Amino acid sequence: MSKLAELRNARWAPWMPAIIAVVAVALFPLFRPPLDATMSDVIQALAYVVMALGLNIVVGFAGLLDLGYVAFYAFGALAAGWFASDHFSKVNGGEGVHIGVSDFVQTAFPQGIHVSFLLIVIGAILVTALAGAVIGLPTLRLRGDYIAIVTLAFGEIISRFAANGDSVIIKGYALSNGRESISPIDQLNLPLVGEFDSATNLRFYFWTALALVLVVLFVNFRVRDSRLGRAWIALREDEVAAASMGVPLVRTKLTAYAIGATFGGIAGAFLGVYNNSVNANQFQFGISIFLLSMVILGGLGSIWGVVIGATLLSFVNTFLIPDVLDKGSFNDLLSNVGLDFTFGEVKFGVFGFILVLMMVLRPQGLLPERRRTAELTQGVGGDEAIVETRA
Amino acid sequence: MSDESAVGTQQASSGSDAAAPSKLSVEGVSKIFGGLVAVDDVDFSIAPRSIVSIIGPNGAGKTTFFNMLTGLYKPSTGRIVFDGRDITGTRPDRITAFGVARTFQNIRLFSTMSAVENVMVGQHARMKGGMFSSILRTPGVRREEREVRERAREMLDYVGLRAAEFDQVSSNLSYGDQRRVEIARALASEPSLLLLDEPTAGMNPNESARLTEFMGKLRDERDLTILLIEHDMKVVMEVSQHITVLDHGEKIAEGLPQEIRENERVVEAYLGKSAGD
Ligand SMILES: Nc1ncnc2c1ncn2[C@@H]1O[C@H](COP(=O)(O)OP(=O)(O)OP(=O)(O)O)[C@@H](O)[C@H]1O
Ligand SMILES: [Mg+2]
Repeated sequence: MSKLAELRNARWAPWMPAIIAVVAVALFPLFRPPLDATMSDVIQALAYVVMALGLNIVVGFAGLLDLGYVAFYAFGALAAGWFASDHFSKVNGGEGVHIGVSDFVQTAFPQGIHVSFLLIVIGAILVTALAGAVIGLPTLRLRGDYIAIVTLAFGEIISRFAANGDSVIIKGYALSNGRESISPIDQLNLPLVGEFDSATNLRFYFWTALALVLVVLFVNFRVRDSRLGRAWIALREDEVAAASMGVPLVRTKLTAYAIGATFGGIAGAFLGVYNNSVNANQFQFGISIFLLSMVILGGLGSIWGVVIGATLLSFVNTFLIPDVLDKGSFNDLLSNVGLDFTFGEVKFGVFGFILVLMMVLRPQGLLPERRRTAELTQGVGGDEAIVETRA
Repeated sequence: MSDESAVGTQQASSGSDAAAPSKLSVEGVSKIFGGLVAVDDVDFSIAPRSIVSIIGPNGAGKTTFFNMLTGLYKPSTGRIVFDGRDITGTRPDRITAFGVARTFQNIRLFSTMSAVENVMVGQHARMKGGMFSSILRTPGVRREEREVRERAREMLDYVGLRAAEFDQVSSNLSYGDQRRVEIARALASEPSLLLLDEPTAGMNPNESARLTEFMGKLRDERDLTILLIEHDMKVVMEVSQHITVLDHGEKIAEGLPQEIRENERVVEAYLGKSAGD
C-alpha cells in the first residue's frame, strides 16, 4: 500500500500517462508490416505534431497570430532538397560533397551535396530560426490582425519563391525546381544506426518522427516553464504591463518566432526526406491554416492539447476523409441522394466545419491550457454574471 | 522656478531635499497628443527615501507623466534623469532594470497567470536564465527558478496576500488582492523608485488606511522612494512629504502638505471641487 502511495507521489508520477502513451506508440510498428498505410498515416501525423507545437509557441504562448507558418515547412524541406540530393550538381568540381552518408549514396550519387540527416536538421534549424526572426521584425510594431496579414504575406512570398525558384538562378543553381521536384532526396541516414529506404521499410522513419516529437515536446515544456516562457505568456496577456515589468518586447517576440520556426524547419526536413522529393505544391497556404486549426482544436497554448489536435486533424486528413467518408457505404449513401462530390474535394470545408463546431461546443479546445480553463469558466474577477453568459 | 531659487537658501524643509542628489529629476517635460498638451513643461524632482504625491483633477496628465517616467511614452520635450542617468526615451524594460517599478491605475495583471507567476514575471529583469540553459535546465537555472519562486511567495506574503491565494489565477482574486499582487509584482523587480497610480482606488477607508501605513513601511524597511498618484486626500495628506499639483498638464503648485492645503489655486482647481460634492 505504501509502495503504491510512494509511486503516486514520485516526481514523474504526473508523467505516467504520457510515458505509457509514448511507449505504446513506439511499439506500434512492431505489430505492423514494415510497409503499412496506417504507419505512414501516423508518421504524417507525427510530423504535423512537430509543426503544430512550433506554431503553438508563436500563437499559443506569445499570442502572435501567424498565418504564414508554411514558410518554415518550406525552408526545412528545401534544406533537405539542397543538402541531400544532387541539386548542386557541379559543386566541388562535380565530385560532390559527402558527409556522414553511406557508401551506397557516395557511389550512386557522386554529384551534389549529401549530408547525414542530423546535419540536414541542424541546417534547417539555422535557416528557419533566421527566417523566423526575419518575419518577426516587420511585425514588431503591429498588433493582432495586422500581424496576421504580414505573416500571411510572408508565407505567400516564400511559397511563391519556392514555386518560381526554378527561374531564380544564383551562381548557376536554381533556388528550387519549382513545381517540379527536387528528387530523389537521400534516404534517412542516421549516424550509428544506418540508412533506411522508405520504399521497403517505414519503421525507422516512424521512430525518427517519434524521436523528433519527443525532442520538440521536451524543449516545449522546458521553455514554457522558464523565464522566457513566462515572458511570452505575460506578453500575450498584456504587452504594456510586460514591458513595464522588465520584459524586453523585441527580443522576447523574436525568440518566439525563431523557436517556433525551427520546429517547422525540423518537420520540413524530415518530410522532405520521407517524401523523397521537394516541390512547391507541398507548400500551400492551406497548410498554415490546417496547422492553426490543429492548435485551436487542441487548445491554444496547451502542449498536450496541441498534440491531440494535430493527431486528430491529421487523421481526418489521411484516413477519415479518403478511407471512410469517400469510400463504401457512406459515399454510396451520398450518391443515392444525388450528392455527387467527394469529401476529398471539400477537405478544407470539413476542417472548417470541425472548427466551427469546436467554437460552439468547446471554445477552449479539447484539452485547454490550465489557465485558459480558469479564464473561460470562472470569468473575470469572480464575476458571476460572466459565468452565466458563458454557459 | 521661483520655488527652486528659494529652496537652496532659506526653507529648512526643502533645503534638505536640495542637499541630497535627487532620486529623480525631470526638466521641462511635455507630452503632446495631436493638439492636446497632456503634460506641459513640468519640472519636478524627488529626494531619495521620500514619499511624494502627485495630485490633480481628472485628465490633469498624471498618468501620462508616469508613462513618460517609465518609458511607455517618449516625452515631446524635456529630460528625465534617474539616479544621475538620463533615461529620456529609454525602453521601459531597461528603465525597470535601472530600478523604477510601477503599478497601474486600471489593474494590469497577467490575468491567466497565478499570483505567484505574476510576481515571478516581475523579477524578469533580475534573472539571468537564457533559452539554452533553460532547455538544458542547468543547475544554475534550477536554483534561480527555485529562488525566484520563493521570493515571489515572500513578496506576496509581505504585501499581505493570504497563502491560500498564492496559486489562484489572478483574475479570480478580489479587487483588493489584485492591487496587492500588483504591488508585489512591482516590488519583485527590486526597484529603488516605486510609482503607484491611484493604489487606493476602489478600496474602503479601512483598506486605504492599511495601505497608507504600508507605504511608510516600504520606505523605511526597503529604502524606497515612492511617487504616488492619489485622489484620496486623507491618504495624500497623511503619507506625503511633498506634494505636486498638476492641472491641465501644468504644474500649478508644489510644497509641503500644509502649504498645498492652503494654496488658493489648488483649492480652486482641485480641493474646492471635490469638497463641493
Ligand atoms: N495615448 C493618448 N492619446 C491621446 N490622448 C491621451 C493619451 N493618453 C492620455 N491622453 C489625454 O491626456 C490627458 C491626460 O490624461 P491622463 O490619463 O494623464 O490624466 P490623469 O491625470 O491620469 O487623469 P485621471 O485622474 O482621470 O486618471 C487626457 O485628456 C487624456 O485624454
Ligand atoms: Mg490617471
